[in-house]
Amino acid sequence: MPESARRHWRRSAVVLLPLLLAAACGGGDEEETGGGASGQATKVVKIGVIAPLSGDLTATGTGIRNSVDLAIRQANEKNKVPGWRIELAAEDDAAKPDVGAAAASKLSSDAAVVGVVGTYNSSVALQVAPLLERANIVQISPANTNDTLTRGQNPATPDRAYKNYFRTATLDSLQGGFAADYASNEIKAKTVAIIHDKKAYGQGLADSFRGRFEKNGGKVVATETINPGDKDFSAVLSKIKPLNPELIFYGGEYPEASLISNQAKGPQAMRVPLMGGDGIVDPTYGKTAGTASNGDFGTSVGAPPESLDSAKQFIADYKAAGFRDSYSAYGALAYDAANAIINTLPTALGSATAVDDSVRRKVVEAVGKVDFGGASGKVAFDQYGDTVTKTLTMYKVESAEFKPVKTGEFKA
Amino acid sequence: MRQFVQQLVNGTVLGATYGLIALGYTMVYGIIQLINFAHGEIFMVGAFGGLTVYRYWLPEAWADKVWVALPAVLVGAIAVSVGTAVLMERLAYRPLRNAPRLAPLITAIGVSIFLQEAVRLFYPDGKRQQSFPQLISSGTFEVAGVTVAWVSVFVVVVALALMVALQVFVKTTRTGKAMRATSQDPESAKLMGIDVDRVIVITFVLGAALAAVAGVMQGMRFAQIDFRIGFLVGLKAFTAAVLGGIGNLKGAVLGGFLLGIVEALATQYVPQGSSWKDVWAFVVLIAVLVIRPGGLLGERVAVRA
Repeated sequence: MPESARRHWRRSAVVLLPLLLAAACGGGDEEETGGGASGQATKVVKIGVIAPLSGDLTATGTGIRNSVDLAIRQANEKNKVPGWRIELAAEDDAAKPDVGAAAASKLSSDAAVVGVVGTYNSSVALQVAPLLERANIVQISPANTNDTLTRGQNPATPDRAYKNYFRTATLDSLQGGFAADYASNEIKAKTVAIIHDKKAYGQGLADSFRGRFEKNGGKVVATETINPGDKDFSAVLSKIKPLNPELIFYGGEYPEASLISNQAKGPQAMRVPLMGGDGIVDPTYGKTAGTASNGDFGTSVGAPPESLDSAKQFIADYKAAGFRDSYSAYGALAYDAANAIINTLPTALGSATAVDDSVRRKVVEAVGKVDFGGASGKVAFDQYGDTVTKTLTMYKVESAEFKPVKTGEFKA
Repeated sequence: MRQFVQQLVNGTVLGATYGLIALGYTMVYGIIQLINFAHGEIFMVGAFGGLTVYRYWLPEAWADKVWVALPAVLVGAIAVSVGTAVLMERLAYRPLRNAPRLAPLITAIGVSIFLQEAVRLFYPDGKRQQSFPQLISSGTFEVAGVTVAWVSVFVVVVALALMVALQVFVKTTRTGKAMRATSQDPESAKLMGIDVDRVIVITFVLGAALAAVAGVMQGMRFAQIDFRIGFLVGLKAFTAAVLGGIGNLKGAVLGGFLLGIVEALATQYVPQGSSWKDVWAFVVLIAVLVIRPGGLLGERVAVRA
């Protein structure tokens, strides 16, 4: 082979190698989708999922995807929607609003999609909900807690933002308030330092915590913001330390929260517990923060799944289905969200031969009226699309695991 | 005052990591004028290499003996980083040695994405954060009211020792002389009988080894790593290298520490500083470049034929 040809070949090999590898790995993420093909049913209706299936929040997103998958498999097995086979259409939003918007566009252009379970992040939902609304696709989030998604910008005059949007999770204003009450009444904390990540969820939660905590007579000694993705929080913690807060409240998610907890107690030698919202209540938190996380607190929506009889069946079924990953903090809520959509299908689809706009409209309307006992408790929505179940639970970390310490409702 | 010193300590620890990685950028740039954007990923795979040794190869009886576990983890990290860097140089950069400068630059970005995705897809459970063993106790001590963690002392001492060692190596050894000669003028160096290809490989090896040590340090400090840790740190280290004067070894170290300290002080003294610290880091960079376009200690531009 002449020198020039050989070099040319070599050069193309360098370029082609990554491409080939990428092609070979493509589709590796797609696990079994919407299994349980039931007999002759040939008409296909799809339920989408938009959740983080890559990146830091994969653990939670995978739990949501799998729980929806479980609801769909069960519906197909029991032939809940006669004549139709339900399929799962899971899309990754990587916890990023723009990726979520692309996923929403993709799902709305799929004629067979009637509903979407997701998103995990409130910031992503703010992009996804309007796109799905335009296509009349119902969206039920198992995890969004930002108030504006259902009640609009002004809390004084709530105005429903998206007519297709519902959620099985409770609001930040309730969760932040619940956390503040626990901090004031149970921990007896007088001073607190607040850190949040400036995302719709983190900031919303931090603001509602602050409001209630100050109303309870507590004092917020510092409010700091950090960037999602940061690893080194020593500077911000050193700044807070001399102010001697009795508690650090963090508005954000577990990747940063676990680092903050670990660095506060390790390198900074602060003997202060960290408290957060449902964004930090994930098994990964204890694993990565290690023993430093013991004594930390996190609120989450609903009663602990392990304590509810209705959830025990879900947990048993989930385990029997053989998923590799945990159902995570939102599994039961995602499962209920999927069932809320599935329950409306027999009537909404009626004698239709394919999913069309009128079917989608019927589903949106019917979801607003569902009322059934789900894995997480009663599933029904108010006039804004919020769940009527306002139960919240405070968890405390023991041996690097979140254990429920108090379940109740927040009273404003 | 105590707060100021505390933040200086925080910044120094952060800067030690930046400095170690910045050395890799600056050495490669000094020799072949390539901004190796995949260098942050070399840092990342190093951390994963160390973790792999600890998790899968180290017998459990030795796992908590720091004098066995730490060297083993470091060797694993260096082996993986160096191996990756040598392959990268051989397969991706050498074929483009005489191509227009943009080609290797874009290739470097491609290599960076390739390495990130490879770890994400093929490392067991690589999508998630991995907990990293805290081989050195996370305990602290106080000096005049300033809290210092033992692991931070380790990080700074090791980083400084490696920086001095590198300086001595480049200044006094035969290979170091060959590196300096190649940096000044690759063509003439070749005519003088220097094996330029070998010198370039050695440069990549040294940079990768330093990055691997930085990777293990970061893992130990934060007790966790994931496939994306290299990106932001790589960007910061590159900034540090430019700040000090790219191509200049002392400059990279100085730039690293300066950047870390600016970030820590900005967090303390600028309102909303903790989320704006990156902005201040780049403000300092721009300010320096306006006054001294070559960086603090001056860029060392090779005279190319």
